[in-house]
Amino acid sequence: MTVRVSSLALALITATALTPLAALADTADKRIALSNNYAGNSWRQAMLQSWDKVTSAAVQDGAVAAADAFTTAENQVTEQAAQIQNLILQGYDAIVINAASPEGLNGAVQEACDAGLTVVSFDGIVTADCAWRIAVDFKKMGKDEVTYLAEKLPDGGNLLEIRGLAGVFVDDEISAGIHEGVSENPQFKIVGSVHGDWAQDVAQKAVAGILPSLPEVVGVVTQGGDGYGAAQAFKAAGRDMPIIVMGNRQDELAWWKEQKDANGYETMSVSIAPGVSTLAFWVAQQILDGADVPKDLTVPFLRIDQDNLEENLETTQKGGVANVEYALDDAKKVIAEAKGD
Amino acid sequence: MTGPAFARLLRGALPALSLALLLGAIFYLQPRTMSYFGLNLLLNLAVPIALATVAQMLILTVNDLDLSIGSYVSLTACIAATWLRDTPLLGLLALGGGVLAYGALGALIHLRNLPSIVVTLGMSFVWLGLAILVLPTPGGKAPDIVRALMTWKPPYVPFPIIACVVIAALAHVALMRSPYGAVLRGAGGNPRAVARAGWSLLRVKVTMYMAAGFVGALAGIALVGLTTSADANIALRYTLLSIAGAILGGSEFVGGRVSPIGAVIGAITLTLAASFLSFLRLNPDFQIGAQGAILILVLALRALIGRAEKDR
Repeated sequence: MTVRVSSLALALITATALTPLAALADTADKRIALSNNYAGNSWRQAMLQSWDKVTSAAVQDGAVAAADAFTTAENQVTEQAAQIQNLILQGYDAIVINAASPEGLNGAVQEACDAGLTVVSFDGIVTADCAWRIAVDFKKMGKDEVTYLAEKLPDGGNLLEIRGLAGVFVDDEISAGIHEGVSENPQFKIVGSVHGDWAQDVAQKAVAGILPSLPEVVGVVTQGGDGYGAAQAFKAAGRDMPIIVMGNRQDELAWWKEQKDANGYETMSVSIAPGVSTLAFWVAQQILDGADVPKDLTVPFLRIDQDNLEENLETTQKGGVANVEYALDDAKKVIAEAKGD
Repeated sequence: MTGPAFARLLRGALPALSLALLLGAIFYLQPRTMSYFGLNLLLNLAVPIALATVAQMLILTVNDLDLSIGSYVSLTACIAATWLRDTPLLGLLALGGGVLAYGALGALIHLRNLPSIVVTLGMSFVWLGLAILVLPTPGGKAPDIVRALMTWKPPYVPFPIIACVVIAALAHVALMRSPYGAVLRGAGGNPRAVARAGWSLLRVKVTMYMAAGFVGALAGIALVGLTTSADANIALRYTLLSIAGAILGGSEFVGGRVSPIGAVIGAITLTLAASFLSFLRLNPDFQIGAQGAILILVLALRALIGRAEKDR
């Protein structure tokens, strides 16, 4: 009997080892924490919801032992540094960070690395050498917008640029990408530039203010969260609707759908999915599993086109952002791309 | 022991008692903290907060309040991570300039009889602006010697504990045991009497503000030693933390009644309170509220004891 039981157990173990989940077995007792600096907007809320959804399933499947999310009450560097040090003391094996500052947390991150923890940062990345970074290629995002317009409008024309919050790194990067795209496509000319602060109401006011001084505009390049406001401003001014690049917000997608049904309006929408937190989770799991992961990884954009607008609009909550959650295989793909094979 | 005397003893011991209670709870919740390594991680960020709290307490001594200490610490952190490392002489000059500016503020507040809250609130924007000028984007690097000191691992006793004891002892001797320290506190308690005794109140204010500027600069340097690099917004929280820490440690807003040892203990208590709530896995939305509740609890206890003290 004992023999039979143990052979059965052995068979079970072998069977488990042969399933595709085998790679997970090594991290079944590992605990991963999310250190998040801010939760006060819809993007961050969606980010936390995605984390919760994907990681609770992963815990249930036995991929990891725990994946808890911690958010600091105030968006402050010193507070998050203390939080990271507390997470070290709580015995987590890996910390996934959306950082309040790219530099200010390096001391705490170094403490974590010295204590043998794996640190993966995403969105708000940290620059400490020992940490992994899942960064966004905002420059490429800006350039992609112009590339799309060049396909749609081979003759070119005048563009209006809506920028984000002045002085923020993301705003500089996206704008630099847009300008690079325009210099490669000289048929386009940026005739105006306003700051929309990634908010529809601000963008609407800013665009309404500059419109009377502009010649005919064929395209509006944006940064997300400003496309709907721009459309309202164009409508109010009674001008021809240009191609406005959208930023995956629900109100933008809904407006696009309305226009598409009414007059076949065409555009595209691009932004970063808040679910990138789940990509960071799987990358951390892969590192704990012993996978060879390059320190710098790039997040894929979430791009919505004419043909997949409806399905994305359907899954996006009112007032929210189009989202996608990543699976283990997505993380493996991103890692493989970064390795260059 | 009579009632009031016992109450006075209790009042003095209250900060230490709350700290001991909190530390006990943390050890119980998270036994890992009960080690050299654990105490080091738990307390190292308390060192700059303790320094900032002592700076705030110095201002409180002369019945003023400094709402700019957080951004001033940020500025000194930015200077420490850039000029102090690359061109130490320029760095020291800039930090010295900060101390002088604090002295000038003290003089201005005294001579024009301005409310310190308004002046320092205005200065907080000046410091922040200067910090952004020094370090427009987060970065810089801590001077090696500062980094080495802040990550020093002495045998047996973790460095943050040694640092806190030294800070508390130095501040205590300077303010509570030295003859001029008595004058400084007297200037908060009864300025007219001190002035009538022939002491210059202007000199007292300038001394206190410069001392606060000096200790605040130390806080910035210590902070950058821990974080390795700076950010213009790095220490904005310290303004409120330092006021709360000083009050928690037994200082009063008016009357020159302060306690340097209490201020350091108060700063540590506030740091630990945040860790305690985090170990409790409390929802972050409630954490600020809970931190405030701890503060109110301790202050309420003190008010009760204070009433007993007056019953004589």
